[in-house]
Amino acid sequence: MQWNSVGEFFAMGGYALYVWGSFGACALLMIAEPFLAKRRLSQVRQSLIRERLADELESQQKSQ
Amino acid sequence: MRQSIIHWFKFASPQSFYPLAGRMIPWFWAAAAISGIAGLWISFFVAPTDAQQGEGYRIIFVHVPASWMSMFIYLVMAFWAGLGLALNTRVSAMMAQSLAPTGALMAALSLLTGSLWGKPMWGAWWVWDARLTSELILFFLYLGFMALQAAIDDPRRADKAGAILALVGVVNIPIIYFSVKWWNTLHQGSTINLTKAPSMAQTMLWGMLLMAFAFWMYSIAVALMRVRAIILERERHTEWVKHAVE
Repeated sequence: MQWNSVGEFFAMGGYALYVWGSFGACALLMIAEPFLAKRRLSQVRQSLIRERLADELESQQKSQ
Repeated sequence: MRQSIIHWFKFASPQSFYPLAGRMIPWFWAAAAISGIAGLWISFFVAPTDAQQGEGYRIIFVHVPASWMSMFIYLVMAFWAGLGLALNTRVSAMMAQSLAPTGALMAALSLLTGSLWGKPMWGAWWVWDARLTSELILFFLYLGFMALQAAIDDPRRADKAGAILALVGVVNIPIIYFSVKWWNTLHQGSTINLTKAPSMAQTMLWGMLLMAFAFWMYSIAVALMRVRAIILERERHTEWVKHAVE
């Protein structure tokens, strides 16, 4: 390992902004994307469930 | 033989692909996490300092995987779009639609990390050089594919128009890949070459390959998550979708 201290590690030999900026941007976008995909799936599932409940209510009212 | 062909075509129907994708996602996440952690460990603690670029070169561990994936996802997307166009299979068109945002993300990351690398090494955030410009065009191709599909109301027509755009855009991929050979550019030549031994330290190479594998597994996992949403959105009026959500 080439780091003698934590500070040295974070300083990245003077390239801190560029190295941490790159890794940070990747981390940020690659955490956000799965969340957005998951939200999209749960939104469509929710609307399908609501639709089915509405259908069930309608058929109950008709049978009464 | 006949049996196995039927078996594979079974997954071309949204109804059987939806649960299959759901079962595969955790495995791809696990593979992405394990290789990602190992790759990051090598990137920061095992790979030595570069003789010329000091610690700044460590950007390579995200820049190269993002750039590779941006090109590779485009080829896969065009393949599925083309298959959908030729065979009129619904899942392949949905898969192409699902891959586009992830491809755009990878192209954006490639440009962003490239710019963060270019500033300290070349003294410029951006130059209009062949490699950078063709990668920017790739980013716009993804955005164009997504915009075109979103602009057409009938999904089957949107698939066809998108497929043609995706297939025409494939010509850009060899241009990106060979740009560093064909033109005089500021961008360095390829670090890894199919014909030559890699021009980098073994540990650096392993770190980069592990990170590339992690990005690959991530892309599959997130594209499968999105395709599940797309399947439900587009098949919502079928009987099986009504019973798929409990």
